[in-house]
Amino acid sequence: MGLISNGTTLLDAGSLSVSAGAMTLLSTVTASSGDSTITFASSINSTYKEYIFKFIDVHLSANARLLVNFRDGSTDYDATKTTTFFEAYHYESDSSLSVGYVTDYDLAQSTGAHTLAYIGNGNDEASSGTLHLYDPASTTFVKNFMSVASCYHGSDLALQAHSGGYCNVTAAIDGVQFSANTGTIDAGVFKMYGVS
Amino acid sequence: MAVVSNGTTIADAGSFSVGLGDMVHIKTLTASSSANLSFVHGTSSVVLDSTYPVYLFSWINCHPATNNVTFKAGFRDGGTNYDATVTSNSFNATADEAGTDAGLNYQNGRDLAQGTGGQDLTAFNGNQNDSATSGQMYLFDPSSTTYVKHFIITSQQMNPEAPFTTNSYHSGYCNVTAAIDGVQFSMSSGNIDSGTIKLYGIKDS
Repeated sequence: MGLISNGTTLLDAGSLSVSAGAMTLLSTVTASSGDSTITFASSINSTYKEYIFKFIDVHLSANARLLVNFRDGSTDYDATKTTTFFEAYHYESDSSLSVGYVTDYDLAQSTGAHTLAYIGNGNDEASSGTLHLYDPASTTFVKNFMSVASCYHGSDLALQAHSGGYCNVTAAIDGVQFSANTGTIDAGVFKMYGVS
Repeated sequence: MAVVSNGTTIADAGSFSVGLGDMVHIKTLTASSSANLSFVHGTSSVVLDSTYPVYLFSWINCHPATNNVTFKAGFRDGGTNYDATVTSNSFNATADEAGTDAGLNYQNGRDLAQGTGGQDLTAFNGNQNDSATSGQMYLFDPSSTTYVKHFIITSQQMNPEAPFTTNSYHSGYCNVTAAIDGVQFSMSSGNIDSGTIKLYGIKDS
């Protein structure tokens, strides 16, 4: 294939390769008031070895936590997981700050949802972040994931939430679902990318 | 522009657009004894508005003119100054080359509590010939006029004093509902002698 411009041949020798980029948007879901879950139930397969989910300005109906869970072959989002969670926070008042592990929000072989972020429900309070899911189609290995989120906590503090873990199953993961531990997802955009 | 294959014109009518994926390079700025490097929406082909929901700044080997300085980023929220109010947190992991000291610690003083002086990216940057900092910052939905504007930063540097490696993590928000339309990188003292900063947009659709 060749390349010409306004009739002038610029390249015409052999093949011409055009890169399609390394990160491809697969799906976008926008939350509307009262969504109990945001679900990605298709396009998670062996096409990509890594999937990136971006959640942008997620606003919950209550002072609550944003959660994620994974589907491992059935219709339920209940893959067994072992996870870690640590955070750094700093109050707007400068009255308190810390970095540390949070034992309340890790999981040990649990089928329950995993915490990604704490979010206040004030009008301007929201969270944005990223979740990486690696090789979900593997039927050999557990499925690793990790996340980082910036959160506007209801107590007026900036919170940086880090978590990681694995779905301790050899079945493929073919669905990802976001939810809140209480109340609903009132607003926010969730995007899924494949990384080639 | 058009496409031909083995001499046969496939397309030769007007413009030709090739998608380069969903992470789109917008602008590269290269320091050369620069007081700062600024990305301002609408200036020098910079896009920093609602075009993309997420922006990624990536800095590569930024080297200060002055020893022991802090590399910083300031956010512009409608005026001409890079002084948006920020609350943030900061922690880092460090390890010395001797293998005798390592740790994970909150970095009080690298965070901000409603501060307007800019967010620290890396501290104690040395001006030795082989010392520089690299890292990245995600800025989410800068054009929102409803929510605060979140950012997440990861950076890496060699601190030449010990010497040791420092892997820093910062996140926070510009606590304003005005849109953020500019980001400026600078050293706390002296110039950015060299280095590259790239801005990417993560496509919306």
